[in-house]
Amino acid sequence: MANQDLLSDQGLRLDGRRAHELRRIRCKLGVFSQPDGSAYLEQGNTKVLAAVYGPHQAPGKKSNHSEVIVNCQYSMAVFSTGERKNRPRGDRKSQEMTIHLQQTLRAAIKTELYPRSQIDVFIEVLQADGGNYCASVNAATLALIDAGICLKEYVCACTASLANGNVPLMDVSHLEEVSGGATLSVASLPSSNKIAFMEMSQRFHLDHLPKVLDHALQGCQQIMSILDKAVREHLALVGSASDWGNIAK
Amino acid sequence: MLTERVFMRKTKRGNILKIVREHYLRDDIICGSAICKHCPVSMQNDDDIVLVANPSAESSLFKFPIYLVPDTNVILDQIDIFEEDAICNMIILSTVQEEVKHRSSAVYKKFRDIVGRSPRHCYVFVNEHHKDTYVERKPGETANDRNDRAIRTATKWYDEHLQQSQLNIPKAKRIRVVLLTNDAKNREIAQNEGILAISVDEYVKSLTEHPLLQDKLKHKTYEVESSKNALFPPHLSPAEIHEGIKSGALLQGSFMASRENYLEGSVNVEGIEKFVLIQGRESLNRAVDGDVVAIRLLPEDQWSAPSEIILQDEENDPGDVLEEETEILAVKAEVEKTPTGVIVGIIRRKWRQYCGILQINQVSGSTRHIFVPAERKIPKVRIETRQAEHLKMQRIVVAIDNWPRHSRYPNGHFVRALGPLGDKDTENEVLLLEHDVPHSKWSEEVLSCLPKLPWIITNEDYERRKDLRDIFICSVDPPGCTDIDDALHCRELPNGRLEVGVHIADVSHFIRPGTALDKEASLRATTVYLVDKRIDMVPELLSSNLCSLLGGVERFAFSCVWEMDHNANILETRYHKSVIKSKSAMTYEQAQLIIDDPTQNHEIAKSLRHLNRLAKILKKKRIENGALILASPEIRFQVDSETHDPIEVEAKKMRETNSMVEEFMLLANVSVAEHIEREFPECAMLRRHPNPPQTNFEPLIKAGENQGFEIKTDCGKNLALSLDAAIKEDNPYFNTMLRILATRCMMQAVYFISGTVQNEEYFHYGLAAPIYTHFTSPIRRYADIIVHRLLAASIGADSTYAELLDKHRNSELCNNLNYRNRMAQYAGRASVALNTHLFFRGKTQEEEGYVLFVRKNALQILVPKFGLEGTIYLNIPKDNSRHKPGAPVFVFNKDEHTQQCGNIIFHSFDPVVVRLSLDSTNVQREKLVFELVKPYIEGFSVEPMELSVDDNDDQKASDKVSESTPKRPIGNADENKPKKKKNKKTKK
Ligand SMILES: [Zn+2]
Repeated sequence: MANQDLLSDQGLRLDGRRAHELRRIRCKLGVFSQPDGSAYLEQGNTKVLAAVYGPHQAPGKKSNHSEVIVNCQYSMAVFSTGERKNRPRGDRKSQEMTIHLQQTLRAAIKTELYPRSQIDVFIEVLQADGGNYCASVNAATLALIDAGICLKEYVCACTASLANGNVPLMDVSHLEEVSGGATLSVASLPSSNKIAFMEMSQRFHLDHLPKVLDHALQGCQQIMSILDKAVREHLALVGSASDWGNIAK
Repeated sequence: MLTERVFMRKTKRGNILKIVREHYLRDDIICGSAICKHCPVSMQNDDDIVLVANPSAESSLFKFPIYLVPDTNVILDQIDIFEEDAICNMIILSTVQEEVKHRSSAVYKKFRDIVGRSPRHCYVFVNEHHKDTYVERKPGETANDRNDRAIRTATKWYDEHLQQSQLNIPKAKRIRVVLLTNDAKNREIAQNEGILAISVDEYVKSLTEHPLLQDKLKHKTYEVESSKNALFPPHLSPAEIHEGIKSGALLQGSFMASRENYLEGSVNVEGIEKFVLIQGRESLNRAVDGDVVAIRLLPEDQWSAPSEIILQDEENDPGDVLEEETEILAVKAEVEKTPTGVIVGIIRRKWRQYCGILQINQVSGSTRHIFVPAERKIPKVRIETRQAEHLKMQRIVVAIDNWPRHSRYPNGHFVRALGPLGDKDTENEVLLLEHDVPHSKWSEEVLSCLPKLPWIITNEDYERRKDLRDIFICSVDPPGCTDIDDALHCRELPNGRLEVGVHIADVSHFIRPGTALDKEASLRATTVYLVDKRIDMVPELLSSNLCSLLGGVERFAFSCVWEMDHNANILETRYHKSVIKSKSAMTYEQAQLIIDDPTQNHEIAKSLRHLNRLAKILKKKRIENGALILASPEIRFQVDSETHDPIEVEAKKMRETNSMVEEFMLLANVSVAEHIEREFPECAMLRRHPNPPQTNFEPLIKAGENQGFEIKTDCGKNLALSLDAAIKEDNPYFNTMLRILATRCMMQAVYFISGTVQNEEYFHYGLAAPIYTHFTSPIRRYADIIVHRLLAASIGADSTYAELLDKHRNSELCNNLNYRNRMAQYAGRASVALNTHLFFRGKTQEEEGYVLFVRKNALQILVPKFGLEGTIYLNIPKDNSRHKPGAPVFVFNKDEHTQQCGNIIFHSFDPVVVRLSLDSTNVQREKLVFELVKPYIEGFSVEPMELSVDDNDDQKASDKVSESTPKRPIGNADENKPKKKKNKKTKK
């Protein structure tokens, strides 16, 4: 069985991580000046750009009196996978992903603050190596923060899977995704311990769900602290450039 | 959390794809040595410290204690050395481990097992993910060179790392790390880098306290093979083979040596329906049974047919010369030819360890001897040993090392001795090893899973189960059966219907998924029945006590209860877990007596009569559907209860009651199969018996034709009908022999998972059932346990668990079950053969037999009484090896498959009388000799024996019986557990 080998006897995964370790996450806010907010995020070899426009006035027929419209567009660069992709967006997979992202982000945005408005979120996967959805959510969160949009809290996403039939793995890479069993993707609001979105790649026995879910949520928690640190550093940097420190005095 | 992660990239180039993978390097991997003071303490776990602080310094080459670091080739080549406890305190690098795994999964499995044994002190060091020992491949460097460098780097790091912790110890007493490699160049580089390096040979020879270890060294010749004196053509290189297969010039397949002719074999190539024939030593080109080989197909005009000759390599070592082999190569133009090829290269060797005996070199003092494997398909092996005198009367295990071009036989080395020749236990051990039957003692872990005695049924149990204790349930089994897994009942209901229940031991109640007991049982897969021994699948406490549905005691059962009308039509089916109390555990004979005795009218008798009547209807229906009745000669031995020597042989009797039990088991299996397939369409464990390809039937059709019968094989039903019609008045055994032949045309029935096969392929050919499974023998078959769990889950009696519903995992389980079943069957047959030999020791008997096949130089004879098959070699003109001048000459007729001598003609199926005796002139290799008695041929047949000889034998046998203490039936009960299920028949 393929996933017998995902975790060695010494407790190391194929790439040298232990079961409960995230891949390295690097991120940067405000990478573009044109959009209202933007962010770049690397989760291992999965690299994602996110840009946010808005809130701006929603087109007449679509507008909603009480809440903001969150409009997402998810696309994958043609060079993002091993083999060149033919269509960067619009295929079923991307459409599905777009809807999932929309749902997830709506759960975090204080939608009631922006009636008759629309927020556009563009997400481009530059390199795909597993956990595309999660990296997209994490990048989008940063971009939304960069755009100054009011969020209830950070929304973070992480995957988890099972190795050797019973050991949960956190943040699976592409290799582990294809050679392993089912992968669980979870987006959560870690501070309030709420789940915004959850998806499973295949059927999976109920017995395993609690421990795998627990691992995914722990991953979300860890990602939140990494994102939070990045946001604070970014603000400190932006702040020092605009001399906020002195204004405060 | 980890403290530091350095990010590296490892690229692998496939065809066009560039695969980029992350490779994390860590600083929390410890060295695993008890003396270390520098590894991060927080990461240390006492279990991880496996290398001892004071490794013994047994090697005469080193004056200080050492840890060993073996490289990949050392492990691959010398795995038998590592089996020894003398080799310990090793550091296994992950680089090495990965390479071993990649190159040979068999060695890897063994090695992992060795590493896991605690007294060996082997530590696996993940050097590939350690920040100080990871090396990146340099431009232009081969993968092998990189790995060698990685191994050296890690060895050096270890040595230096340990020095730091030993600063207070005098230099000469410090532990050093030694690289174990047979690559001279690598050793030189290592030594230049300041690393201690040594070859395995040197190291093993320096272990003066273990001199016999040397025998186990594998001899690896590094000399270039010259074509001078070469007996065999060279093998193509892997690259050439790869090219050839890609271009279609070569074919790939697995090689099967012929059991009957050591100069012949066949290759099963995917895409070619027939086996590709390989004939002659040069064409076989050093392939050993099981190897994956590359072959070149010969042009059609050079094709040949399997020779009709039976040829065994019986000479003592004649040196490296080849004898005449024109006989088998002589082309027979008239016979239908099959694709023929030559082996040009070996893709993968499938060598394993072989059991056999030592044939001592006549030259005294020589250490080179010949090893004769027990399996006839395997060639003899040359080995070197210093303990020949000690080993010559023992069964030993040997591994093949290599087969150079100039050598008639492969070279190998001694692995271990099993015990004295002819000893029953040794012979059984050989049998079990050769058939890969797991038979070690139950581990503590497994035994700890057993319920504690006294085992009591609680009120809770009664509440959760249906109480059937008042119903008149009984079991019918062969005499002495202790693992009773089925019981039956039948009663009339007030509504006029009949209620029939099949109650199966509830083994899955005791064997919980995922426990050590469960794992061991799934590995063993089946109970193996030898003539005088039973190798249980589950410990005896379960198999013969708590699970066994003994008479008069309360037991848990899984019941399948039908409501039927009086014509055996099922009106309703129910399944439930129950508590039963069998009223009586009977033998087939006892049950038959009760049925036949009209004066008995108690509940059990009524129940049995109903069952018997229904079974007859069921059987009739089944046969009308096209179910086959096949035959295989089955015999049972009367075994002496003390010496376990066979005393008497008899063919198994079939009574109505055998058939009665069988019918209800079949019915239960079919009902359960339908039920679990409906509930779990993707992951039900079922059993199918594929339609045999028409080519399989050719020998059967031919044999029928020769006797003037047309055997139709287009479908099971027609086959059954034509077999029924093929009856010869003058030869009552003819029909049975045809059925024996038909059995050999069949495919093997296999377990499979419903989701992995198309619905149409669920079919069970032999039973003519659209769907089938095994439910009724959970004590002795693991498949039944899985089926019980599925059934229990579907009726809410038990919970599911992830693995139960995992299609892929269960498919792999099926592979193991199928393999073990096949092996268990072979082992059982081998055991019968072994006991037949024992039976004939010092005995000569004349028996009736029949000609099964007529060969070019031999007659193959079947003796129904013993289920024995043997060969009578005939005198053929020009056959140099067996021709006796002056003896009568036989003439072979190819068209009619007959042998003629004077005016006597031998056809297939002709009755003969043969004399059976055991040739014990070679103590190491006894064989059963068949000699012709009737028809009498002057100068060839032997004179009929005088009766007095027979009397003596009988006398001896009865003496033996009277000597023995009151006989418990256990001894002979084990082997004759009825082959209840039709699908046990096999293709030979
Ligand atoms: Zn250390």
